[in-house]
Amino acid sequence: MSTYKHSVSLDESKCKGCTTCLKRCPTEAIRIRDGRAVISSVRCIDCGECIRVCPHKAKKAIHDSFSQLDQYKYKIALPAPSLYGQFDNLDDIGYVISGLLAIGFDDVFEVAIAAEIVSAYTRLYLNNPNVPKPVISSACPAIMRIISMNYPFLCDHVIPLLPPVDIAAKMARKKALEEHPELSNDDIGVFFISPCPAKVSYVKNGFSGEEKLIDHVISVRDAYFRLLEVMKVENTPNAATESGMVGIGWASTGGEATATFNHRYLAADGIENCIRVLEQIDNEDINNLDYVELNACNGGCVGGAMTVANPYIAQARLQNLKRYLPVSPNRPTGDTIPEDSMRNSALSYEPNARLAEDRTKAMQMLHDIEEICRALPGTDCGSCGAPTCTAFAEDIIKGETNADECTVIMRALFHDYLKQHEEKAAEEALKPLNYKKT
Amino acid sequence: MRVTNMSEAIRFHFDVDGENFSSAGEASVMVKKKLRQLGFSPDVMRRVSIAMYEGEINMVIHAHGGTADVIVGEDAIEIILADKGPGIPDINKAMQEGFSTASDNIRALGFGAGMGLPNMKKYTDYMQIDTEIGVGTTITMRVNY
Repeated sequence: MSTYKHSVSLDESKCKGCTTCLKRCPTEAIRIRDGRAVISSVRCIDCGECIRVCPHKAKKAIHDSFSQLDQYKYKIALPAPSLYGQFDNLDDIGYVISGLLAIGFDDVFEVAIAAEIVSAYTRLYLNNPNVPKPVISSACPAIMRIISMNYPFLCDHVIPLLPPVDIAAKMARKKALEEHPELSNDDIGVFFISPCPAKVSYVKNGFSGEEKLIDHVISVRDAYFRLLEVMKVENTPNAATESGMVGIGWASTGGEATATFNHRYLAADGIENCIRVLEQIDNEDINNLDYVELNACNGGCVGGAMTVANPYIAQARLQNLKRYLPVSPNRPTGDTIPEDSMRNSALSYEPNARLAEDRTKAMQMLHDIEEICRALPGTDCGSCGAPTCTAFAEDIIKGETNADECTVIMRALFHDYLKQHEEKAAEEALKPLNYKKT
Repeated sequence: MRVTNMSEAIRFHFDVDGENFSSAGEASVMVKKKLRQLGFSPDVMRRVSIAMYEGEINMVIHAHGGTADVIVGEDAIEIILADKGPGIPDINKAMQEGFSTASDNIRALGFGAGMGLPNMKKYTDYMQIDTEIGVGTTITMRVNY
């Protein structure tokens, strides 16, 4: 796991060591050490929550840039449907597609097209009475990471379909090779325009288990600013969208789930809500459900940390854009799911919380952790650099920090010290704070 | 949460709040985390978690809460759920799948399907119910590993 490549990272020069990201990280992956945030590679799920909340803009998503286009003879853009929701007053998706062609791409293959195909396969999969229900969507990589870390029994519930972006990459590559027989596979550069860092990590770590399908991942934000320069009302688009309501619906919460049509579904967003839903499914306490769509970001993919617009404003714009589109013009023929649209292997359980390989040692450590917890104030203030007192106790036992980092206990000790010593000594001790006795 | 050191075991203690439905199940989530830290197999984690979750919900629905103790022993995990509720008048009936004395209000919340006790029995290797009308109920369950 140490080789896991993360998109979410820290700009050390901007980090003030405040506790904002520490407190908001859903997997407790952040610690403050020596006045700077440190992200645990093992725990981080690249959800991007810390990027959204950092008041100093010290958290960032690492992704590829437009300069990488030059490496390829033939460049294909795979715009996520969330991209369309970024533009104010846009009334025709054709502007975005023409814009992408104008800024240097040779072809544009909409991920929304592949999303409609995935929706059709999902409906086929749900019709099989033998699959473990509820079936969980495989679209959000942050959710996939959390399932593989914490929910071994839910791994089989995840639909074994490739997510739309992988299917789009396959289709786009195939189309390019068919239309341009002079091209070799290496001449083609496939660029995914992604709303979130989780998708960047998904691609960079080869999570699909496939041969490299996507070469680079660019942020929706970067694409937005590039496109603004060329998207002018007078530049009438020379291309049109080929996706329908279903495909574009995938950009926000519920779009994917409603595309199961007659199946009973649940659609949730926000990482904390998603974790609660997963817990309840794990406890077999949600019945009568066929399909579960979980989005780590509020609002769904439009809420990704690499977007520009507010997720709900983007959603309203998409609502307008898709109003006059056909429901789902992209439907696969046949009534079986082709092998090459499936994942090569099921999601695997990768536990990362184990304290020690040896059970007796782990028991002793856990006992000591609980003991320390009882001595800690329980304020979960974060000043020690850990998100909660329990996490702090765990860090102490793992040898990652020291008990005297607890500022609440140290303050109490300091007050005791002041009481016990002469006033002069107290004043001396408080000098650095410019303390004035009243 | 309280923990006591026993020569052979770790014990976790939880107070299950009877006033708040939305917090029902929190103890089971915490126990799952502890078992994960101890490196227990997915199967053991799941059985303990479901048995405890069902028990917690029962205590909230029927007994205004209570206490939950989980003891990790040498070859088994023991779960002791104790409440000062109304007691169970007919254990055989209560053990039947689908039998529930939960009110309509509680059923409207999605609880009271009558699967609590049967599930607790199903997922554990040993279960004992000690109950006295008007005094309370203590359920002891064991999951071997």
